[in-house]
Amino acid sequence: MTEIRNYTMNFGPQHPAAHGVLRLIMEMDGEVVERIDPHIGLLHRATEKLAESKPYNHSIGYMDRLDYVSMMCNEHAYVLAIEKLLGVQVPIRAQYIRVMFSEITRIRNHLLWIAAHGLDIGAMAVFLYAFREREDLCDVYEATSGARLHAAYFRPGGVYRDLPEKMPRYASSKVHSDDEIHAKNMNREGSVLDFIESFVERFPACVDEYENLLTDNRIWKQRTVDIAVVSPERALQLGFTGPMLRGSGFAWDLRRKQPYEVYPELKFDIPVGATGDCYDRYLVRMEEMRQSNHIIKQCVDWLKDNPGSVMLDDHKLTPPSRESMKDDMESLIHHFKLFTEGYSTPPGQVYQAVEAPKGEFGIYIISDGANKPYRLKVRAPGFAHLAALDEMARGHMLSDVVAIIGTQDIVFGEVDR
Amino acid sequence: MSTANSDQKRTAFDAVALKFDATVDEDFEEFTLIVPAHNVIALLRSLRDHPDFLFEQLIDLCGVDFDQHAGRGDKHPERFAVVYHLLSVSKNTRVRVVVYLPEVEPIVRTVVGLWASANWFEREAFDLFGILFEGHPDLRRLLTDYGFVGHPFRKDFPLSGHVEMRYDDEKGRVIYEPVSIEPRVTVPRVVR
Repeated sequence: MTEIRNYTMNFGPQHPAAHGVLRLIMEMDGEVVERIDPHIGLLHRATEKLAESKPYNHSIGYMDRLDYVSMMCNEHAYVLAIEKLLGVQVPIRAQYIRVMFSEITRIRNHLLWIAAHGLDIGAMAVFLYAFREREDLCDVYEATSGARLHAAYFRPGGVYRDLPEKMPRYASSKVHSDDEIHAKNMNREGSVLDFIESFVERFPACVDEYENLLTDNRIWKQRTVDIAVVSPERALQLGFTGPMLRGSGFAWDLRRKQPYEVYPELKFDIPVGATGDCYDRYLVRMEEMRQSNHIIKQCVDWLKDNPGSVMLDDHKLTPPSRESMKDDMESLIHHFKLFTEGYSTPPGQVYQAVEAPKGEFGIYIISDGANKPYRLKVRAPGFAHLAALDEMARGHMLSDVVAIIGTQDIVFGEVDR
Repeated sequence: MSTANSDQKRTAFDAVALKFDATVDEDFEEFTLIVPAHNVIALLRSLRDHPDFLFEQLIDLCGVDFDQHAGRGDKHPERFAVVYHLLSVSKNTRVRVVVYLPEVEPIVRTVVGLWASANWFEREAFDLFGILFEGHPDLRRLLTDYGFVGHPFRKDFPLSGHVEMRYDDEKGRVIYEPVSIEPRVTVPRVVR
């Protein structure tokens, strides 16, 4: 008789389905997973320690690079924590802009998630469709902040600048005919807000398109239904937040339950799953895209009607205008002090969480009164989710591990920090 | 948050603090319980199970090194601390629990038995701060490199580290060497 034994298998860290640099040591019984030991930290950059050696504003750029597919949501948590520590209230227009961009970021994150998740478990076409829309949102990022990914647009005290009046257009080129260029520029005639509005109008049809490809697709359902079922009790025990918690049946959303900025003014629904499997989490995220779209629409309408300041006028915290620096000594001094030394926060400790696309993204700051945080802790949703991979994957097939990594929406920038 | 609600919470936290020899702090509308190390498990258990609290989730756990903190001594009596952030989904409240640990032998009981999410958080705190969690099922390093020496988030650990690595042509493998970069401070620390 042949002897049958478990064997150990290595997965990653260089594997297209590992979503970055995940290394798994898997103990297998045939093709069934007995135990998984994730080895993380290959992207550890000590963001928290770096932030402790820099003035507060210097670390905004590091926040982008944590969860590098939902950049502005990370910044949002960081600037809110600083504002809580300082006790300042940002202008209402800045709050609407921040909320709008948080939701744009949520759609961007979910588009990348559905693209990669689909690709991982065999639905190739969704990738192309999802990236088509994501491209437009990259353009919005670029038009507003100058960067397509790492925006550094949210600042303590508001946002870096108001939404631009003009949306950049495609120039004529050798490879595209004038008609093509004209068609591409159709919705770019007006301001950035007009462009966002045109996006909001056509986006629900795009989500229908993705759902057409997947929701009733037999293969998609075979790969996701009843895979990695998480009961409500276990979801709480394992520290799940965001779509992972909602997929297990909790209508828990920080935007509603512990609202920040202008979320109380906005209408949106919280989608909830029933069974807590990969398919439910998929449905939750798809609906979240529609709800985010709805929020963006409300923000666009408000922003069109209500011009105003987008940055606090307190120049101990925010830079003065370039013009005033040229002939006003006080502005010059403020500018110099802000950029060489920064601002000091009162001593104390704060924890501020936001509903990031992946779950609760929290920033814990301990200040001892200096111009740098004494200790900064980033609470990343993906960290708790990945820690549950072992439990979720036990008893599943090797190919399901890929589906589980996909459903967790893992990004290593925030897991490893 | 309404004041009545806040007062109610305050009363509940005061009661539980009295029972476990803890102190309650309210700052920035956040509650902090500071508890001696021998009572931390009992306090956390009652925060999780008592019908007044029902903190079903351990949202975050982290280590802190108060070595160079301006308030070290009176405000922060010991060098190390473990900070627990709890969230109650059913009651919609948060609380922070702080336990101070001595510089020599910073040991605290694990909370993996109370919340499964503590597993990796405690591994991280061990890795980065060298805080030991008694009874943890698998206390290995998590974020740092295989074979890493030291606990990098301690304040006496330099920002640029102790070693750097490169591929050595002669030996045909990756080797570690002492760091060549000089540590420098671009913006000095200022307290105003």
